[in-house]
Amino acid sequence: MGSPVSFFFEVVISGLLAGVMYSLVALGFVLIYKASGVLNFAQGAMVFFAALTFVSLVERGVNFWLAIAITLAVMIVLGILTERIVLRPLVNQPAITLFMVTIGLTFFLEGLSQGIWGSQPHGLELGIQDQPMQWLADRTGMFVSQFDLFASAVAAILVTGLALFFQRTRIGRALRAVADDHQAALAVGIPLKQIWAIVWAVAGFVALVAGLLWGARTGVQYSLTFVALKALPVLMLGGFESIAGAIVGGLIIGASEKVAEVYVGPYVGGGIESWFPYVLALVFLLFRPEGLFGEKHIDRV
Amino acid sequence: MLYREAGQFRATYAEDQQIFPLRQDRVAIGVLLVAAFIAVPLVADQYWLSALLIPFLIAALAALGLNILTGYAGQLSLGTAAFMAIGAFATYNFVLRVPGIPILAAFVLAGICAAIVGIVFGLPSLRIKGFYLAVATLAAQFFVLWAIQRIGWITNHSASGVITAQNIAILGVPIDTPRAKYLLTLSVVAVLALLAKNLVRSETGRAFMAVRDMDVAASVIGIPLMKTKLLAFAISSFYCGVAGALYAYTYLGTVEPEAFNLELSFRILFMIIIGGVGSVLGSFLGAAFIVLLPIALNLVVPPISEAAGIEIPHAIISNLELMIFGALIIFFLIVEPLGLARLWQIAKEKLRLWPFPH
Repeated sequence: MGSPVSFFFEVVISGLLAGVMYSLVALGFVLIYKASGVLNFAQGAMVFFAALTFVSLVERGVNFWLAIAITLAVMIVLGILTERIVLRPLVNQPAITLFMVTIGLTFFLEGLSQGIWGSQPHGLELGIQDQPMQWLADRTGMFVSQFDLFASAVAAILVTGLALFFQRTRIGRALRAVADDHQAALAVGIPLKQIWAIVWAVAGFVALVAGLLWGARTGVQYSLTFVALKALPVLMLGGFESIAGAIVGGLIIGASEKVAEVYVGPYVGGGIESWFPYVLALVFLLFRPEGLFGEKHIDRV
Repeated sequence: MLYREAGQFRATYAEDQQIFPLRQDRVAIGVLLVAAFIAVPLVADQYWLSALLIPFLIAALAALGLNILTGYAGQLSLGTAAFMAIGAFATYNFVLRVPGIPILAAFVLAGICAAIVGIVFGLPSLRIKGFYLAVATLAAQFFVLWAIQRIGWITNHSASGVITAQNIAILGVPIDTPRAKYLLTLSVVAVLALLAKNLVRSETGRAFMAVRDMDVAASVIGIPLMKTKLLAFAISSFYCGVAGALYAYTYLGTVEPEAFNLELSFRILFMIIIGGVGSVLGSFLGAAFIVLLPIALNLVVPPISEAAGIEIPHAIISNLELMIFGALIIFFLIVEPLGLARLWQIAKEKLRLWPFPH
């Protein structure tokens, strides 16, 4: 163990890296909220479903990459079916109804995944050790997990890819148009139904990535569905509509949560990570009610 | 033919403003109350009382509390169970630390405790709206449970925070049989439901609805936003607090803080969505649906699997129930987004015209 200063940095860095993991889950929420105004609570269940499907395939002797391909296909089909069967009949319903329907979907997916694959916990091996990096520890005395760095690299690639997809491609532009104004987008000839199907498919893909990384970190078990609860304060802090917000929010939440846990936790009996992110996000919101990067809504009477 | 207002004239303001203007409604409510207070305790056995009716009534009360906040005042909350927890643990402490306190007074004081905490967690609603507020109420959910588990004084330093409800009595009559507990629960719920029904048609209730429909417009016409929103949080939390106290004292008996987890909050939210947002009756219908659904599934699924000749392992049955539960909720929301209360309203409209629909 190094000096208190390097220990502090170690805590902050590991917190930032943990925050990246939260951001990964938050991304799935943001995508769907942006494009259709649905706060998709089932994202956590989708992460669980993806991870469980992948692990079960691998355990049955399916090749690693083939398993990823199959799971991806399953997630895309699941996303499209969700949009088609569950959400399309509910277009123009109040947001709270849409939110509740995704909670119903959460129950359904939890039952489905455990009904098919069983409910015993699995380990998930991605070939990356969850160990501190030796050369960094030698140079600076800080212990930073190799796996955390790998996860952040994946997140960075994912976010860059999504940003390029949104900014540079035709579909991406259509997605942003839909996010801006459904009716105007429809009026200029953007196929709304296709766009929503694509968004749900992309959210399924993001859920798969998050599921693999979280599954490798914590093991694949029922409690994986609760990562959604880790992502919600991130969303609140960053703004529901902003991809950048999901990343920055994740970093802030991750770092401050770790710092609070290490430096404040012992004085109040620990276990504060269940509520600390929410209270932190709440304090932020008092100053910026739509999150750091959220869109400002102007109310007119 | 039986259900119409023709010939029922209202000659005074008092008659015009009464809570149930239709004679048929008054008779129906009267019959229902007599049945609930007299017939049910005579007929129902222990299982019915303590496994079905008491949880139904308590759930309905909590749903009513949430409905005042979400359905009438338009503030979405995911922290209902936390306020129930406050009610339960506050009652425990009042009975424990104030010797000889009447149990009903303890319930009311516990409700007031929940209301105070509700006001604190309602404060963000002045700045934050919509889903941001909903997620913010999760802070209440997690913080309150954490505090109850960590602060030993609240649970009288019991191991892992489990409390056992003390024996209670009203005017010397011990409340220890399922029948007595049922009657106590029913009385509390009936009184509070009547108060809620009156609240939502009063000036306060109209202010709630104005804030729900558009808070900027409401403040323009002179409704004090802060007072109205905080009052909604306070009243809602009071109801939830009393429901939580009943949950501990007439239903569970032995309570751990984890009984009031996020899942309970969601279940209560389901009740008002399925029952009908912004409807007192809807709270009861939704509670009945959500309480009865798992029991019905438990009864229905095994015989079907037996008839089909398939031996379904228990683990799969419980997952199947989860799936059916989720699917039914999705189905209901798609078919009738306004809830069971809307179906009842449609039925009443039809009844008024029956048997000559034109």
